[in-house]
Amino acid sequence: MAKNDLLGGSLWDNYSAKVADRMDNPVYQGEITEAEAEAMNAKLIVADWGAESCGDAVRLYWAVDKDNDKIVKASFKSFGCGTAIASSDMMVELCLGKTVDEAIQITNLDVEKALRDNPDTPAVPPQKMHCSVMAYDVIKQAAAIFKGVEKGILDDDEMVCECARVTLKTIQEVIRINDLTSVEQITDYTKAGAFCKSCIKPGGHEKKKFYLEDILKETRAQMEIEAAQKREVPFAERSTFQKMRMIENFFEAEIKPLLHKDGGDVEILDIKENGADTVVSISYKGACMGCSSALTGTLSFIEQGLKDKVDASISVSVE
Amino acid sequence: MERIYLDSNATTVVDPLVKQAMDPFFCQMYGNPNSLHRFGTETHPAMSIALDRIYDSLGAADEDDIIINGCATEGNNTIFKSVFMDSLAKGKPCHIITSQIEHPSVLHTCQYLEKEQGVQVTYLPVNSDGIVTLDALKEALVPGKTSLVSVMWANNETGLINPVKELAEYTKSQGVLFHTDAVQAVGKIPVSLKEVPADFLTFSAHKFHGPKGVGGLYIRQGASITPLLHGGEQMGKLRAGTVNVPYMVGMGLAIELAVQHTEFYDTEVRRLRDKLEDAILALPDTMIIGDRKFRTPNTILASFKGIEGEAFLWDLNQKGIAASTGSACSSEELEADATFQAMDMDNNLSHTGVRFSLSRFTTEEEIDGAIDTIQKTVHRLRAISSTY
Ligand SMILES: Cc1ncc(COP(=O)(O)O)c(C=O)c1O
Repeated sequence: MAKNDLLGGSLWDNYSAKVADRMDNPVYQGEITEAEAEAMNAKLIVADWGAESCGDAVRLYWAVDKDNDKIVKASFKSFGCGTAIASSDMMVELCLGKTVDEAIQITNLDVEKALRDNPDTPAVPPQKMHCSVMAYDVIKQAAAIFKGVEKGILDDDEMVCECARVTLKTIQEVIRINDLTSVEQITDYTKAGAFCKSCIKPGGHEKKKFYLEDILKETRAQMEIEAAQKREVPFAERSTFQKMRMIENFFEAEIKPLLHKDGGDVEILDIKENGADTVVSISYKGACMGCSSALTGTLSFIEQGLKDKVDASISVSVE
Repeated sequence: MERIYLDSNATTVVDPLVKQAMDPFFCQMYGNPNSLHRFGTETHPAMSIALDRIYDSLGAADEDDIIINGCATEGNNTIFKSVFMDSLAKGKPCHIITSQIEHPSVLHTCQYLEKEQGVQVTYLPVNSDGIVTLDALKEALVPGKTSLVSVMWANNETGLINPVKELAEYTKSQGVLFHTDAVQAVGKIPVSLKEVPADFLTFSAHKFHGPKGVGGLYIRQGASITPLLHGGEQMGKLRAGTVNVPYMVGMGLAIELAVQHTEFYDTEVRRLRDKLEDAILALPDTMIIGDRKFRTPNTILASFKGIEGEAFLWDLNQKGIAASTGSACSSEELEADATFQAMDMDNNLSHTGVRFSLSRFTTEEEIDGAIDTIQKTVHRLRAISSTY
């Protein structure tokens, strides 16, 4: 919080004149018919992305020259706010004249840059950056249809922050190299989380596969395990506290991320030392609870992992 | 460009008479009412008239308290936090019942108490008409355990009116305190504390042509509160801080004028509202949330299929018309309109809502102008829409 945060922005006043103009008078709004495409010796591609129930939906029409794969005509239709409409319009303009392979290279950042009045001033305020992401996704979808493949094949590495286009790998690297300890630092270093903020933690504008909070926690835990391994004090000689930390870190870094992917989770209830043995009692949460393999496959996976990565003396019981 | 203001549930134009009444208290009678000298005491008659007007307008008894404060958000916070503090003091667990459709000044306060302070909060659902029912309350209320029931009189998004008389009577019969956020009811429909046995009621001047930043909290005789602000002796020590004399005077006149106009709301404002509503409904694939007989006479929450709410507002704004949407696309929080969600509407609707709210200053020409612009906007944006 600071002076600039106190009054809340006037959202629309921070749009570039180009955004406002394209909202008021979109140039490429409309449809392309099969007959029109055929008359141009072109293949018609119609791609949809988003849904009205999510607040944003766009449909992209491409007429792609049958001989040279060039996009000779393009247009769009959109259900979305002003920035979504303006971004779609600009996105279509950027596609025109390009081959499909060239068009795939267009990102939401290109669209946003093209909408700037002045190269140094963003075309839209931070909260609106995600509106141009839709425009980028629909290009990928159109290209996938054109090539007859699944869109996923054309997607980049695991994208955590779509507004700033920061991947999982980049974020993990930045945390490690710079020894980052807070989400704010990640944002300062990478801009991830600076715009619509959906990728910071669950409950934001959009549901995400990865959240910065989790990535930070998991990467830090992984780093601690590695550091502990470097120090190489035998497990048995460590204090109870250190043992607990090592076990906890193993869960944060290795187990929870896997379970989270399937909507499950696990909680450590207790860690008991029983002579030379250490017993970890856990309970499953979320989707793991009713899952029959949780008691067999997952359990032995967790136990084996603990034995391999932490210490062979550890066993696990499920409460 | 002639501008048309149809966002009166957000705030209203200050009645010029109200502004005039406030004026002497800035540069002439600017004394602190707590002072002993004449600069201070000469403010007392106007403050006392303002208080009379506020009491009369709400049907409050002289034995009750109405504290003048900064806004309805403050009033709402005062009640919830006071109930929480009292249960702390008594070492009793705290259970609060409210509804899913409350204003953020209630919802976020309850969520804070729930998440950070361990208060148990029950959020009553609404029925398919969008209204909180007595049956839902009966199911949730536990005599001896529930500390407070708080249900808004009228909803800000839809204008839907809750059966507060029934809810308050039942709550009282179970020995539980009842609060109502009457911000959207005062001045639009009859609000009488003689009729409705609420213990607490909040209101805010800027929703009835008074200034922003002044409101009131009614406390029925016998119900006590722990103040939110401790300090001087103002407002019977229930709300410390030098009283904002010009604003209190303004609110006094504003509430009197508003209550005098409730009949006008019921006839004229309603007629214009219905005219606008009929024109919207005459367009294909539009709908209005909530039956008009259950709504305040000034409010319309419309859904235009295939048009995103913020895009609609943009077009209206370009033509000088102000309206609002509950589903701001840029919001960092959950985006779908809470009221739509609570009413369990088709999820598609939650992004297509546009609210029009009139006031007693809205004219027929303005409504005609708005109808014309709305028709054009619907036509233009549906031509762009990928979902229409
Ligand atoms: C139902 C309701 N309660 C409370 C408030 C908050 O009022 P104030 O701005 O005076 O704090 C509003 C105003 O938006 C409202 O509509």
